[in-house]
Amino acid sequence: MTEQTKPMMEHSEGSPGYGTFVAVWAALVVLTGLLVFVSHFGQKAAVWGLLTITPLKAGFVFYFFMHLKYEGPLVKGVVFVALGTLLIFFALTYADVAFR
Amino acid sequence: MSSQASAHEEPRDDFGAKLGMWLFLVTEMILFGGLFIGYSYMRSKYPAEFHHAGSELNATIGILNTLVMLTSSLTVVLAIVSLQRGEKGKTVAFLGATLLLAALFLMDKGIEWRGEIGRGLYPDAPHLATLPPGEQVFFGLYYTMTGLHGLHVLAGMGVLGWVLMRVARGQISRDNSVVLENAGLYWHLVDVIWIFLLPLFYLAA
Repeated sequence: MTEQTKPMMEHSEGSPGYGTFVAVWAALVVLTGLLVFVSHFGQKAAVWGLLTITPLKAGFVFYFFMHLKYEGPLVKGVVFVALGTLLIFFALTYADVAFR
Repeated sequence: MSSQASAHEEPRDDFGAKLGMWLFLVTEMILFGGLFIGYSYMRSKYPAEFHHAGSELNATIGILNTLVMLTSSLTVVLAIVSLQRGEKGKTVAFLGATLLLAALFLMDKGIEWRGEIGRGLYPDAPHLATLPPGEQVFFGLYYTMTGLHGLHVLAGMGVLGWVLMRVARGQISRDNSVVLENAGLYWHLVDVIWIFLLPLFYLAA
């Protein structure tokens, strides 16, 4: 067994039960309700909701449903590098658009 | 779960399988991320047109579909838990529920698209051609991004249906649950993409 396979086995043996995931789902539903509620206060509020609540919801799915919480540093690194690259491209695009 | 091959088993690398799936998902993130960047640029260029075009969409169906998608993500993860506990019947039931929810999602989307197409709001439609360029761009992005997402839902249904059959036949069990875990990872990413599509098109536009 390699070092990298160990965390998977540990995770399988000690993975969370049904209740944990139902609680995460309930949190996601509440956050969706909050996002819809916030969007009623105008476009600016809706955009702030998009920039704050939506990444939080996605984070919940990544961290719990996709088991990123239980993965080793290699898988976490792959995901963070990909998301970081996307963020850099977003920033570069806006830097370009803002100063035209 | 074992990554080591016995004398009669094919060699298997569960960690490699999972890492490979994550690498594939990264390409999907970049694919949709590029579209999100394109949307953001166009939205900053045509804010009023995007606002008006967004009000033409049926936000109720968008919100309902978000709840459907979130619930389908839950049923997939519950299917994984039940498989790892050796509860085959529950795994089949949770996967069946996921497929039903996915079909409901596509049905909702179909109803929504039908309404929009009926009002002449589709690419290259004579009515859409009379609207300002910003609104034409909005509907172009809307059909491209929700259509591409819909294709991913269809692909996910195919994969999860295949996994469901193999679980029912006993070919996937707690000993090789990585197959279901990887199918679940794909489905959760499809869910994450929709989490972003809801505010982009229905709430913040």
